Amino acid sequence: MGELEQKLVWHGRTKRKAWMVWGGWFAITLLTIYCWMEMTEDTIWFFVLDAPVQAADLIDRMFPPEWSYIHLLYKALWDTLNIATLGTLLGVILAFPVAFLAARNTTPSVVFVRPIALLIIASSRSINSLIWALLLVTILGPGILAGVIAIGLRSIGFVAKLLYESIEEVNGTSVEAIESTGASRFQTINYAIIPQILPAFLGITIFRWDINIRESTILGLVGAGGIGLFLSSSLNVLAWPQVTLIILVILATVVVSEFLSAKVRELLI
Amino acid sequence: MRTWQRPHYLVPDKRWRIALWIVFALYLVIGISSVEVNWQRAYEGLERGMRFMEGFVNPNFSRRAADIYSGILESLTMTVTSTVVGILLSIPFGMGAARNISPKPIYLFCRSFIAVSRSMQEVIVAIFLVALFGFGAFAGFLTLTYATIGFLGKLLAEEIEEIDNKQLEAISSTGASWLQRVHIAIWPQVMPRMIGLSFYRFDINFRESAVIGIVGAGGIGATLNTSIDRYEYDSAGAILILIILIVLACEYFSGWIRKWVS
Repeated sequence: MGELEQKLVWHGRTKRKAWMVWGGWFAITLLTIYCWMEMTEDTIWFFVLDAPVQAADLIDRMFPPEWSYIHLLYKALWDTLNIATLGTLLGVILAFPVAFLAARNTTPSVVFVRPIALLIIASSRSINSLIWALLLVTILGPGILAGVIAIGLRSIGFVAKLLYESIEEVNGTSVEAIESTGASRFQTINYAIIPQILPAFLGITIFRWDINIRESTILGLVGAGGIGLFLSSSLNVLAWPQVTLIILVILATVVVSEFLSAKVRELLI
Repeated sequence: MRTWQRPHYLVPDKRWRIALWIVFALYLVIGISSVEVNWQRAYEGLERGMRFMEGFVNPNFSRRAADIYSGILESLTMTVTSTVVGILLSIPFGMGAARNISPKPIYLFCRSFIAVSRSMQEVIVAIFLVALFGFGAFAGFLTLTYATIGFLGKLLAEEIEEIDNKQLEAISSTGASWLQRVHIAIWPQVMPRMIGLSFYRFDINFRESAVIGIVGAGGIGATLNTSIDRYEYDSAGAILILIILIVLACEYFSGWIRKWVS
């Protein structure tokens, strides 16, 4: 009976692991405190403390929204939808070959071609469409075209990454079956791989379209067309009732596109 | 003689397929024709495009070294603080938005907060917060924190709703309090994925921190904006390369952590 009275309490972890976890938390805490101090060095606390007053004032100026402004927004909204849709198409067309070059089982060369494809994916994914738009506006001039290309460039990485992952997961048996008939590399891809990834591909495309609608609403801030253009000009003249209306329109668009994309993806699966 | 044809899985009816293609083609015609292109301007821009390519291949880190350094540092500090604070705040919101462990009024409140936070673009939030809190990193920090709460809160709530109920029942049957149930039965089940998602959000926050600088919320975006506006494509290329490298490093690191955790 003596053994049972040992004062052993249940522990979740071994001692060494517990120390490591503590060390990790300690390091994260220190890092956060350091970053906080570094970040707030230039903060003017008067403005921060003043913010509630400012917020009340801003809300007071923002309402009611200027409903009569809406007739100017229809065309801008149509432009925004076009930027998102055409940009998604462009991105998808460019992403399709990149995905096949990046997938281990379809790439022509794991050593030479795959790293290049992965680099394209990484660069496109790391840079936000607003930054692409900023660049393209200085190159192509302001307008919808810069927006379409910006959205397209940003979509390549996203679509190609998800697509190449699903290519790598295809069922090898059907690939082997097609290969054993003496099919060429291209025919194998066409008959064994594409039918397997098609639903995933359409799902990814619609998902990206939904994200692109969101992103294209703000591209106008840097001059790349769409409803953001109106947002930026209303902000510049501090026409807050117009800003409220534009934001409501943007929110409604985002909600509707999210609903549509969810419904279509449900149908696909 | 009939030859084999590939079956159509998605839209089996031929008439529907043709109709869909016609709608698609019509949209393409209308959509593309609404894009007004100033070809003269685009042609002139080609030379600038070439210079940007050159700048990307041949980046200049030294001309704006001081600005780039302070911008990147500001972006990174903003990212760290906003991710940490965002995670801490997303835990109560996420638990509140999980159907199985919270009462209805709290559930509705947390769900609607998360929905609002998710449907607002970071850049738009940043515009307002800059107007309220003044230019600088603090507005950026608040923007990213707000976005993090929506993102992680939603995922955490879904994660909690999908837990294995047996463990929760087992712990409840010992007479554990609500806090003990959360700590012993729920937390271990959602922890590994939460850590992975937190690192993913860190990554997103860094990328976003490069963007919200354009509207004045601190970080590398302001430096990038200036260098693009002055057509200094070699400095812009340097900044973009740094952003890509940092994002890649984050991704690699988070993959390593995830492997270690699970």
